[in-house]
Amino acid sequence: MAFSGAKIIQPLPLHTTIRSPNNPLLFDPFTSSPFLGSTRTLRLSQSISASQRRCASHIVAVSDVFKEKKLKSNTNLLLTKEEGLQVYEDMILGRAFEDMCAQMYYRGKMFGFVHLYNGQEAVSSGFIKLLKKEDSVVSTYRDHVHALSKGVPARAVMSELFGKKTGCCRGQGGSMHMFSAEHNVLGGFAFIGEGIPVATGAAFASKYRREVLKEADCDHVTLAFFGDGTCNNGQFFECLNMAALWKLPIIFVVENNLWAIGMSHLRSTSDPEIWKKGPAFGMPGVHVDGMDVLKVREVAKEAIGRARRGEGPTLVECETYRFRGHSLADPDELRDPAEKARYAARDPITALKKYLIESKLANEAELLAIEKKIEEVVEDAVEFADESPAPSRSQLLENVFADPRGFGIGPDGSYRCEDPKFTEGTAQV
Amino acid sequence: MPGFISHQVAARGLSLLRLRPVAATMRTYSSATKEVTMTVRDALNSALDEEMAADPNVFIMGEEVGEYQGAYKITKGLLDKYGPERVVDTPITEAGFAGIGVGSAYHGLRPVIEFMTFNFSMQAIDHIINSAAKSNYMSAGQINVPIVFRGPNGPAAGVGAQHSQCYSAWYGSVPGLKVLVPYSSEDARGLLKAAIQDPDPVVFLENELLYGESFPISAEALDSSFCLPIGKAKIEREGKDVTITAFSKMVGYALKAAEILEKEEGINAEVINLRSIRPLDRDTINASVRKTNRLITVEEGFPQHGVGAEICASVVEDSFGYLDAGVERIAAADVPTPYAANLERRAFPQIEDIVGAVKRVCYRSLPMVATA
Repeated sequence: MAFSGAKIIQPLPLHTTIRSPNNPLLFDPFTSSPFLGSTRTLRLSQSISASQRRCASHIVAVSDVFKEKKLKSNTNLLLTKEEGLQVYEDMILGRAFEDMCAQMYYRGKMFGFVHLYNGQEAVSSGFIKLLKKEDSVVSTYRDHVHALSKGVPARAVMSELFGKKTGCCRGQGGSMHMFSAEHNVLGGFAFIGEGIPVATGAAFASKYRREVLKEADCDHVTLAFFGDGTCNNGQFFECLNMAALWKLPIIFVVENNLWAIGMSHLRSTSDPEIWKKGPAFGMPGVHVDGMDVLKVREVAKEAIGRARRGEGPTLVECETYRFRGHSLADPDELRDPAEKARYAARDPITALKKYLIESKLANEAELLAIEKKIEEVVEDAVEFADESPAPSRSQLLENVFADPRGFGIGPDGSYRCEDPKFTEGTAQV
Repeated sequence: MPGFISHQVAARGLSLLRLRPVAATMRTYSSATKEVTMTVRDALNSALDEEMAADPNVFIMGEEVGEYQGAYKITKGLLDKYGPERVVDTPITEAGFAGIGVGSAYHGLRPVIEFMTFNFSMQAIDHIINSAAKSNYMSAGQINVPIVFRGPNGPAAGVGAQHSQCYSAWYGSVPGLKVLVPYSSEDARGLLKAAIQDPDPVVFLENELLYGESFPISAEALDSSFCLPIGKAKIEREGKDVTITAFSKMVGYALKAAEILEKEEGINAEVINLRSIRPLDRDTINASVRKTNRLITVEEGFPQHGVGAEICASVVEDSFGYLDAGVERIAAADVPTPYAANLERRAFPQIEDIVGAVKRVCYRSLPMVATA
């Protein structure tokens, strides 16, 4: 049940105080990782968190089995060659696709608001590659890579971004509204926090199907992806409460990249350790290094397993970073270049490549072949999108309703509700 | 939606696939004439009961809908019948549970989300509009949202400014929503059943003061497959001198005003019960105005950008040549609702306001001085 080497302690009952010197942190986020972001400007906040540090919390971050020294003695590899290559390919696809988006935007092929995912690929690939097709993913406006990881073809996503008819939403959604019923990508929401209740609802539907509609094998889980800024929003807390209350099969994945446009997480949050908010609502809270896809994958396996078994939700905070600005219109002047350099050195793709080669799961040639293949896929996607037609004018008024007049079309081809025999009621009031 | 396509909705048709629950036992018989009447509350309860029995995907979610039997007792008895998984009591989290409803509707369930009053829907309005109304369009038809948001709307009695607003104009302006406003028990039953069966998001605006009112109801309306069409208004009273459009509680006031006008002024008014704000039945309204040549719109919402404004615009666009007088809109006073009983009475349309407006429009009295 527990992860190898890690301690995930279930939340204590509500009335227990947390202050206990007997629970040492196995992984102290304050000393061993640059979790606090740019230290130069934020020295003040560091002293505040030092006092917070003293309240040793009882939910602990992820395994130290991944520390370099132990790895050499560990003969159990964390994933098979096939899985490794699959994850690598997915991350390369995410990176190449987003880089191409930037190019296309500056050439005028893409427009509006475009938010790129560079640097956060480990979170998407780490989680989504463990899902089945029937599981659902809900995201924010930074959703291209979530859609790609879930299986939406690169061609469909690129066409959607170009606003063409062949896009996954026929050009009606755009960058921030990626929907795919086939792959259970439930959006794409522009309002942060909006996707969280929708994801909770999808999890509710899964539980309802199992318990009320008696579909015994329905164990579909839902992943809700959102950022650090969202964790201060009311809807987040409302859903943590209800998901834990009703034990819904959902995993709340926080992509904490420390910045909400230009607002630093530390400037806007009273207690910046987001994973602690899980136990306050009765679910485990986990903090994981979101730049390491293998660590993310291990945490994801446990959390998804919990949800599938009906044990309820989990809150996973992934410490990650976006290499580009908030959106393509963001000049990105507020972030410290030293901070950016520090995270660039922890590029998840380079890290995975190194792991695969060092553990002899793959060689340079195979990885290079994957990179070439993805390059072709992305170029093909651009070509396809370019050549696709724009939506026809009549498409403007389509799809507002599934059934505009209710009751559908009758056998004679006109709306059923227009049939004179359709009652309008007889009561004389 | 498979169950939906197989419904036979001709007046006498019964779908064999739908279960027939025990017919509502809430009818009362007037001893003199053996006429069956039913309160709006019972009508809504029976509609919910029948739809939940017919389709296991339908569930109710909201505050106090279960153990409290409904804040206004609309969901009385349903918890005992269908259990807590289908009649879900929520914490006070409008945004959260409205969004949960939308998310479950994405996956084919049919939630009926109750707001204790539509004033509270403002905390969830992001979900009603951005994730429910717009999803079918944004996903280009891949994901439809068969959800119903229902609850009391508009003023009650002495509940103050924050509990008295009418939201028909707000929701009526959003493409992707259907907005229904029942008046009588028959409207309540037929429109709620149609709303639950509809594959799109429906905002169902009830009225707290109408819940306890009894209306006659036909045997046809009591049948479990009874449905009313969405987007069609009903002419409650035929007339030839002036058209009065109204919805919800104001239909009752308009009918009473019409009686007074008939008796005292000999003016024969036609009263249209809108039943549906979106889609608005412009055809019925325009046909009526072309017949009578005069129009009054009545509503309990604020005057600016209200339902009446939309109806006036529609008539001016389509039937300008037929108008013999300017159109008058009767709406709430342009102020937040006061608490004092006498002021509250002045803040909302009363029967004499409707009578006065009709007389002005028929040139039987002097026009009002324009007010600030």
